[in-house]
Amino acid sequence: MASHHDHPLPTLEERYEFTSESKRNLLIGGAVGLALVALGAYLLSQGGGHEAQEAVAHAAGAHEAHGAAAHAAGEHASEAHAGHGHAYHWSKRLWANLWLNSVYFTGISVIGMFFISYNYLAQAGWSVIFKRIPEAMPAFLPVTGTIMVATYFLAGHDMFHWTNEALFDKASPEYDPIIAGKRPFLNPTFYVIRMVLYFTLWYMLWKMVRGFSLEEDRVGGVDNYEKSIKFGTAFLVVFAVTSSTAAWDFVMTIDTHWFSTMFGWYTLASWHVAGLATMTLTIISLKQHGYLKSVNESHMHDLGKFCFAFSIFWTYVWFSQFLLIYYANLPEETIYYKERFSGYGGIYKGPFFINIFLNFVFPFLLLMARDSKRTMGVLKVACWAIIIGHYFDFWNNIMPGTVGANGGFGPVEFGMVLIFACAFIWSVKHQLTKANLVPVNHPMLEESLHHDIV
Amino acid sequence: MSDISGKFLVGIFDDDDVILSAVKKVKQAGVKVHEVYSPFAIHGMDDAIGHPRTKIGIAAFIFGTIGCLCALTLTIWTMGIDWPMVIGGKDPISIPNFIPITFELTVLFTAFGMTLGFFVTNGLGPSVKPLLFDPRCTDNKFVMAIDLAKNKLAESDIITMLKNAGAEEVSVKSI
Repeated sequence: MASHHDHPLPTLEERYEFTSESKRNLLIGGAVGLALVALGAYLLSQGGGHEAQEAVAHAAGAHEAHGAAAHAAGEHASEAHAGHGHAYHWSKRLWANLWLNSVYFTGISVIGMFFISYNYLAQAGWSVIFKRIPEAMPAFLPVTGTIMVATYFLAGHDMFHWTNEALFDKASPEYDPIIAGKRPFLNPTFYVIRMVLYFTLWYMLWKMVRGFSLEEDRVGGVDNYEKSIKFGTAFLVVFAVTSSTAAWDFVMTIDTHWFSTMFGWYTLASWHVAGLATMTLTIISLKQHGYLKSVNESHMHDLGKFCFAFSIFWTYVWFSQFLLIYYANLPEETIYYKERFSGYGGIYKGPFFINIFLNFVFPFLLLMARDSKRTMGVLKVACWAIIIGHYFDFWNNIMPGTVGANGGFGPVEFGMVLIFACAFIWSVKHQLTKANLVPVNHPMLEESLHHDIV
Repeated sequence: MSDISGKFLVGIFDDDDVILSAVKKVKQAGVKVHEVYSPFAIHGMDDAIGHPRTKIGIAAFIFGTIGCLCALTLTIWTMGIDWPMVIGGKDPISIPNFIPITFELTVLFTAFGMTLGFFVTNGLGPSVKPLLFDPRCTDNKFVMAIDLAKNKLAESDIITMLKNAGAEEVSVKSI
């Protein structure tokens, strides 16, 4: 294949240009998002009284379902009442959306670091020429981290039922033995410490590996490569634990009574494939704008395989969680699927199936053929399906436990996603300008340039 | 496969790069290369010889679909129709229960189907004697076979061409 790369050197010098036009478009996008959120908030605040009545009616229905299930279990009679004791205020939907998008974009960002780390650990060569793209993604972590910590303090009980002190007080009528039993892990102090710890560890380790990578561009040699392997591996060890605990903290605590042993894997799988799709989409977009000239069809094919394989992996974990609960048929576990299937007037049933369609059926059938993984247009469609699909996945995990019957898709949802997406793209583009798009002194660069698979 | 017969020109090479460029050279001169035998896979060789792409992916899909249908038939018929059984309070025919078996049999049929398909298309089997133009291609030599019946050029011309392209020795073999 040497003939394809007779003049490799001129194409390796690629500086990404963050054009003022692109900056303007992102600002407009963000402004439109803000306007949509403001409009949505206004509409919600106006419709508040009406919706609240509806909510009460729905909540009553849900309580009955809860009650029946709880009685069947025998000892969880208090669960149904404690779980939805708070009155609904429209601002809850804003907080829920802020939280949802923070969790989702945190995942996509941190997966960039995850990807370079396991590539370093495996001493993979093929991914080197586009390594700057996953490398640029985790720079967004401080933004989502700050928003999450702020949301936690500002939204308080609205979002996190378990932060209510009365639940832990035996004398209180609201005392909840199940939540009280989780006290050693699930208490506000430890929760905030954990949250800060995740973001600090992820960000610091990324900062180090990013530093080595940029220094390698300047000085060459293999020292930085070896250091990257070391710190990348350290990140993997950290992430092995924190990806699971973060999934419990960020998502599973919303349905405080409920737990699933598959949840850590499930969320990691969701984050991972969404991150891979974002990465692939970015690479395609850069290539279509004339960058990354050395990325060939074989790289695209392998990226497509990653998206294909981890879509299946996500489905595997998603179904495993479902099957265990379905088969065991314990009321305190099935409540999770009952809420999403028939609870709250059935508003979560549609997104529940959209989730499976966009994240499994569609990419599975579309990306199965070799040619579709090598055709950028097709790969692009699959990536968009996965990215939108996993937004639905998190939406479905977060909304029923927070806004319940008041969930839906309105200006707030679209606006908030737009703001986060524009900010994320800005952050990635800004990082891409900081270095040559191809890591010119990476020891595995030659291998990557000649990547050729059948 | 064993249905190959005729007169072949067999060129022996010492290096994978040399044989790759040799294939490109003789192809350019209009010679049809029957096959190249090598101790390991050579990047770009398939394209150089001009082999069509393998259909093993299509075979995998078909075998997988058969496996999937077999598993669904098996579970639905045994659990729901022939002797309906209620397990865990579920309907006799409850698809989520059958998914693990469906998944496993799909994978099993795909894997076995592909392996068998590979053996059949390559004429490999327990008692089949594989066609070897030169046994050294399983050790340290690279072998190019040219079917003379399918080439219009004179035998001597092709021999000269192969030697010029770096062949260590060229022989004629009838099968």
